[in-house]
Amino acid sequence: MNAPTLPAPLTFSAYKSAYKPIWCPGCGDYSVLSSVTKALAKVQVPPHEVVVVSGIGCSSRIPAYTTCYGFHGVHGRALAAGTGLKVARPDLTVVVAGGDGDGYSIGGNHFLHACRRNVDLTYLVMDNHVYGMTKGQASPTTEPDWDNKLSPGGTGVRSFHPLVIALASGANFVARAFAGDPNGTADIIAQAIRHPGFSFVEILSPCVTFRPEQKEWKKLAHPSPVAPTDDAARAARRIMTDDGFNIGVLYAGDRPVYRSSTGKAKLTPADLEAEFLL
Amino acid sequence: MTAAARKTTKPARRPAARKPALNAPRTIREFMTLALVMETEASQRYAEFADAMEVCNNLEVAALFRKMADIEGRHATQIMTEMGWSEVPPLPPGRATWEGFEAPETAPGDEVHYLMQPWHALQLALASEQRAEAFFGRLARVATVATVRRAALELEAEEREHVELVKAWLAKVPKPDSDWAVDPDPPSYTD
Amino acid sequence: MVQASVQQAGQVKARDAAIGISIALAGSGGSGVMTAGTLLLDAAAKAGLYGLMVRTSGPQIRGGEAAALVRLARVPIDSLDDGFDLLLAIDWQNVNRFADEIPLTAASLMIGDPDEGEPPEVFKASGARYVALPFKKTAKAIAGSWTNMVALGVAGSLAGIPAAALEAALSDSWKRGDEALQANLAALRAGIESAAGIDGMPKLAAGAAAAAKRWQISGNEAAGYGAIRGGIRFVAAYPITPATELLEWMAPALVKVGGTLLQAEDELASVNMAIGASYGGVPSLTATAGPGLALMAEGIGLAVTAEVPIVVVDVMRGGPSTGIPAKSEQSDLSFAVSGLHGDAPRLVVAPTSIADCIAATQWAVHLAEALQSPVIVLSDQFMGQSRAIIDRPDDAGYVAARLTAAADTPDYKRYRNTGSGVSPMAIPGTKGVVYTADGLEHTEAGIPSSQSRDHATQLDKRERKLAQHDYGRYWADIEGEGDAAVITFGSTTAAVREAVARARALGVDVRLIALRLLAPAQPAALAAALEAVARVLVVEQNHGGQLYRYLRSMYDLPGKPASFHRPGPLPLRPGELTTAIVEWAGTGPLGGISV
Ligand SMILES: Cc1ncc(C[n+]2csc(CCOP(=O)(O)OP(=O)(O)O)c2C)c(N)n1
Ligand code: SF4
Repeated sequence: MNAPTLPAPLTFSAYKSAYKPIWCPGCGDYSVLSSVTKALAKVQVPPHEVVVVSGIGCSSRIPAYTTCYGFHGVHGRALAAGTGLKVARPDLTVVVAGGDGDGYSIGGNHFLHACRRNVDLTYLVMDNHVYGMTKGQASPTTEPDWDNKLSPGGTGVRSFHPLVIALASGANFVARAFAGDPNGTADIIAQAIRHPGFSFVEILSPCVTFRPEQKEWKKLAHPSPVAPTDDAARAARRIMTDDGFNIGVLYAGDRPVYRSSTGKAKLTPADLEAEFLL
Repeated sequence: MTAAARKTTKPARRPAARKPALNAPRTIREFMTLALVMETEASQRYAEFADAMEVCNNLEVAALFRKMADIEGRHATQIMTEMGWSEVPPLPPGRATWEGFEAPETAPGDEVHYLMQPWHALQLALASEQRAEAFFGRLARVATVATVRRAALELEAEEREHVELVKAWLAKVPKPDSDWAVDPDPPSYTD
Repeated sequence: MVQASVQQAGQVKARDAAIGISIALAGSGGSGVMTAGTLLLDAAAKAGLYGLMVRTSGPQIRGGEAAALVRLARVPIDSLDDGFDLLLAIDWQNVNRFADEIPLTAASLMIGDPDEGEPPEVFKASGARYVALPFKKTAKAIAGSWTNMVALGVAGSLAGIPAAALEAALSDSWKRGDEALQANLAALRAGIESAAGIDGMPKLAAGAAAAAKRWQISGNEAAGYGAIRGGIRFVAAYPITPATELLEWMAPALVKVGGTLLQAEDELASVNMAIGASYGGVPSLTATAGPGLALMAEGIGLAVTAEVPIVVVDVMRGGPSTGIPAKSEQSDLSFAVSGLHGDAPRLVVAPTSIADCIAATQWAVHLAEALQSPVIVLSDQFMGQSRAIIDRPDDAGYVAARLTAAADTPDYKRYRNTGSGVSPMAIPGTKGVVYTADGLEHTEAGIPSSQSRDHATQLDKRERKLAQHDYGRYWADIEGEGDAAVITFGSTTAAVREAVARARALGVDVRLIALRLLAPAQPAALAAALEAVARVLVVEQNHGGQLYRYLRSMYDLPGKPASFHRPGPLPLRPGELTTAIVEWAGTGPLGGISV
């Protein structure tokens, strides 16, 4: 008897589309794109069963650069669109991606609630501590003393700690990755996709155009010396006290995942009439 | 100190990322897997650069990167054929393979600029080939298996050849002026 | 001369089937007037009658004054009358605040509990006759009974509803123990008895006994049910009066039919969640009121550009800003038809009655899906929060049918510039037709483009698909003859319909055109509906004459169009509309009024 022929496994190039990114040469987002394709190849989910959802920003251009279904919505609402999609179509793999402005500023409220809702999706933030697409203004993760045209001398406003906020808000998987480590990032993204619930990956992704000094990040980033924990308190302490360049999965929990009632019909619409009938 | 305060504009230098001890491959298959991953990743990075340069209308450098991508790609194919592989085997799990985040022959993703010139591209290539040469040299030194050592020495020699080729090539291209990166226009708004 | 008879038709009560009787049950929190009102409606239905119950209340969260405004008739009824035959107050605390909402005349009856003091001056000034009945003492005498059941007995009996129907209504809805039921039945009977000596109240003869085929439903429930009938299986929303009840009805109903309702963190989220779900192939809806609609504007624009079907139900309330949350107004029309940035063709549908909330919302789902476009359904607080007895509606048959792309379609382009403007939509999970939906202007393949050619192509495509669609006869309710026409929309339709009938009784024939499809404008269809019409009067409930202005900008209207508009919260009443119509129709082709 012949052995059954298995379909050839998908390589990362099966997830990369023919469209060339409009990003600046050297932008960290190129590596993130390559990590996403590698992660999907690790997970071996066919491209047409994956949807990459984004908002607006340089980083949010990522969906069309994959061979997956894409949804390029409006600024800040990617998590909302991704949540609706996943709840309505639990069979799909949903990866939401975007920038720090998109996710933490205009979309900040959705970030909090996506964490606590814990819908089974993966959220990748390409954090460059700047609004790239609008040409270099401060974002919620920008350092208070970073001088820019809109906030000369810096905003003077304390920056936001997305990982702590994600953890405190209920995200089930919290990781930090670095664009300069595409294979490590691919690994983390693959774990994030496989992990049930809301998986958040903060990816340090330098903006070579408006934050050229971020090229230094490759000298600062280092793998996390310890294994992921499922103890949120310990993870919080670790995240609060690390140097901000600690790369790896920082928390992997088993918080209850959002359950959708989609597709479990017990009645037909006509059956609902009974309650109106006198 | 808060994380926010720590992440200042000019971060303090830290020791370079990941410094694991170099583990020598135990078999030829493992060794060739490493070599293959190196060539493949190098080729992919050059292809990525070529795409980026095309989008930025820097066609001369785009063509150069495309050529480099092809060369590294050919090396990868060669290894596949020699080993009789139809797909890239996974790297041995749990074994640190090289220092830094990326394979030694891979050009750093952020060392490109839309106004860069062939000279810059060749400098990148030169540095990559030199890293590869050094890597195989070190592998040969730590190898415990004779066949692996021989193969490492062979590839070291090959990379050395590439270094010479790139150097010869570099000699033929003009060195850029100091103001090569000056763009009198601001970036365009597309948000 | 005309004037006098208008007065008659408008203000003086004629007791025919169409006009019916009107009863206001008022009292403070805890008095149970809303429950009594609902039971009165149920009992009327059991007696073969139709009815409408409108709720009104003070601003307090609990304990505030409230009134159930009930109108019963032998024909389906969707508007309040000009005044009330009976105002029954369990107590008078702040009930004077409802003076404008509960107009009384010398022919009206007021019943109050003498232990709660005298009726307020504003009511007394109407000359209405006052009868004192000790509701509380009566209830107290029957251990375990409630005051509102005594009131129900009085009101029901005065309306002419048989005791058996009242008792059945109470028993059928009872959810507590039997002992308490018996006590309350006794209270009900006591109420019926105490009404025996009161005369002068018009009574309704029992209706045709087809009650088994009738429903008791609110506009909000009707819209929710219509949505599910149309195929909606995903809802995301943020609570807001007066849309919350629509959502609360849908939440368990959706679970039963295999759908999901998700409470979003805000309306920015809810509209984008609905878009995301619909992009995934599941017909989706969100519901809100004006403040939420304003927040959703960017998202609705995304649905236009990315061509993702969604239904947005706006249960309108007094605006702008937080406005008057629990009161009705038709003042979101301008925003709905033109309140998006960019050139953004969208559909706007308005149900014309509580029953029509079912079919119109179902139609909205059908149109959204067929045209891959957002549809705004303009309901309002009056329709949404009122309950009516309606004939069991036939299934309008409108279903969600989206043109989708087959797997591996060669040379698939999501935004292909087809003749109809509708292009097959690939649903995630379908192989060989992946694409990226985009709110950025795009090429036919969906790739972002800022080229004028692509922009023009896609703008034309999106406009064409709505313009070319055959909306059939359901686009408007067109009734009657005459060389003058009244144009209206939404919940105002019922009052206008009643006024048109009264005008006809006075010998003034006007046509009624109630627009269900407000956008895109239907110039050819309206021209046909206006054949031989020399002038039009536009009636609506808002301060700015929004429908009037919209119609004048989009249509060639005959003669000099006139406008009758008034903001909420007071409903437009058939009497005042009859006066307006007859006056206007009598002033000749150039006549015009503006209120
Ligand atoms: C409602 C709205 N406000 C503002 C903008 C302009 N805008 C586009 S992208 C962007 C910020 C992008 O920054 P980020 O999300 O960090 O992404 P990056 O470009 O850095 O990848 C802004 C403010 C918009 N498109 N929509
Ligand atoms: S502006 Fe910055 S974030 Fe945007 S593409 Fe260029 S480098 Fe990347």
